[in-house]
Amino acid sequence: MPANSSLRDRFERGLAAPICLTWELTYACNLACTHCLSSSGRRDPRELSTAEAKSLIDEIAAMQIFYINVGGGEPMVRRDFFELVEYAVAAHVGVKFSTNGTRLDAAAARRLAATDYLDIQISLDGVDAPTNDAIRGAGSYAAARRAMDHLAAANFGPFKISVVMTRHNVAQLDAFEALAASYGAQLRLTRLRPSGRGVDTWDALHPTRAQNRDLYHWLVARPEVLTGDSFFHLSPLGAPLDGLNLCGAGRVVCLIDPIGDVYACPFVIHEQFLAGNVRDAGFATVWRESELFTSLRAEGSAGACASCGAYDACRGGCMAAKFFTGLELSDPDPECVFGHGETALAQRVAVALPTPKEDHSRRVALTVRSRVGG
Amino acid sequence: MSDVATATLDASRAWVLSPEVSLRDEAFGALAYHHGNRRLVFLKSPTLVALVRALDTYENLNGALDALVAPAERSRYLQALSSLEQSGLLRAS
Repeated sequence: MPANSSLRDRFERGLAAPICLTWELTYACNLACTHCLSSSGRRDPRELSTAEAKSLIDEIAAMQIFYINVGGGEPMVRRDFFELVEYAVAAHVGVKFSTNGTRLDAAAARRLAATDYLDIQISLDGVDAPTNDAIRGAGSYAAARRAMDHLAAANFGPFKISVVMTRHNVAQLDAFEALAASYGAQLRLTRLRPSGRGVDTWDALHPTRAQNRDLYHWLVARPEVLTGDSFFHLSPLGAPLDGLNLCGAGRVVCLIDPIGDVYACPFVIHEQFLAGNVRDAGFATVWRESELFTSLRAEGSAGACASCGAYDACRGGCMAAKFFTGLELSDPDPECVFGHGETALAQRVAVALPTPKEDHSRRVALTVRSRVGG
Repeated sequence: MSDVATATLDASRAWVLSPEVSLRDEAFGALAYHHGNRRLVFLKSPTLVALVRALDTYENLNGALDALVAPAERSRYLQALSSLEQSGLLRAS
């Protein structure tokens, strides 16, 4: 997008405040999706209190961050969920939140429908229960569909159906589109990242190169489908996809985790990408002054991609995808459309994949007790 | 996406920022966000930002353009304002 290239350069040097701030409210989750970015499950006892969360919202409002992307864990399991959402909206900070839908009953749907400046994304990773539940757990498909039914019954308006693209659901794109249309909902597709528990499942789940090509062409034909700018690594396949087409980590994007740690993006919960904590100097100071963010905003090197004619289209792809597949940040994206990432993956020596800093997965019981008789 | 729009605004009328729009200054100009339709727009010139911020202090758009924009630039800015109006960011006052 030549017309916007100077703006993109400007974005790469960072903004006064993020455009896209994700705030994971809790690590607690009643599901255990196999690709969970934040390895969620157990609540962290250090979680921000209601008072701390409200003062963070005050700071977000003062920085004129227009909206926050709220996730988790499952944000609706926080007892103060509605209190915080309503506090943010009253401060003129819009809320877009992601939920698995399990807590979204008829009463919750009515309350959400009565709140302005609120967007809801229901996660669904398969258009049928077998495909979805293989990743998100037994019963999760039915729960998500029930939540959608409640939102529709409450006249919430166009909520979003949020799908992480995997090898098993690329073939379902048309069916997802039809499902969204049946609810008057918007479809939102995002890229599977090898982050969190995805470190262990990415190899088996990420779309094949042929599927990524299909996905790209499907998206080009449907600019109305939302993507959170997450497929810019596919832009070298032709015309750039809608969006900024750059890695916004620490530049226009960042993540605040449930205990107030600030990471460069939602997909890099790892010490190497930890910029600071909101409990120390406040979020604005971390955003504006942290060493990590300052270095991310410095002129980057194209690394191994320097000689590739498509570098300007994808800028080397996703930092998190490289990092958690054991590649160097100067390597091509593991899903490089020209296959350079596959070559780099094959050339890794002694692969020790980085493990996330915070793993809140529920511990798996080593023994199973079962009641005999009765 | 192209931000080129034909100038459709009637400059003899007064236009103001929609009350649902927030502006945030940035080094390149400003970000404008419409909380209702969720549109995010980049204002890529400080003059445009000054113009948008001052709209409600002039009797009509012609007055604002006369005061803040060089004559040679006038049609460019009128075009930019038209595109903001088409995104729902401006409304007639």
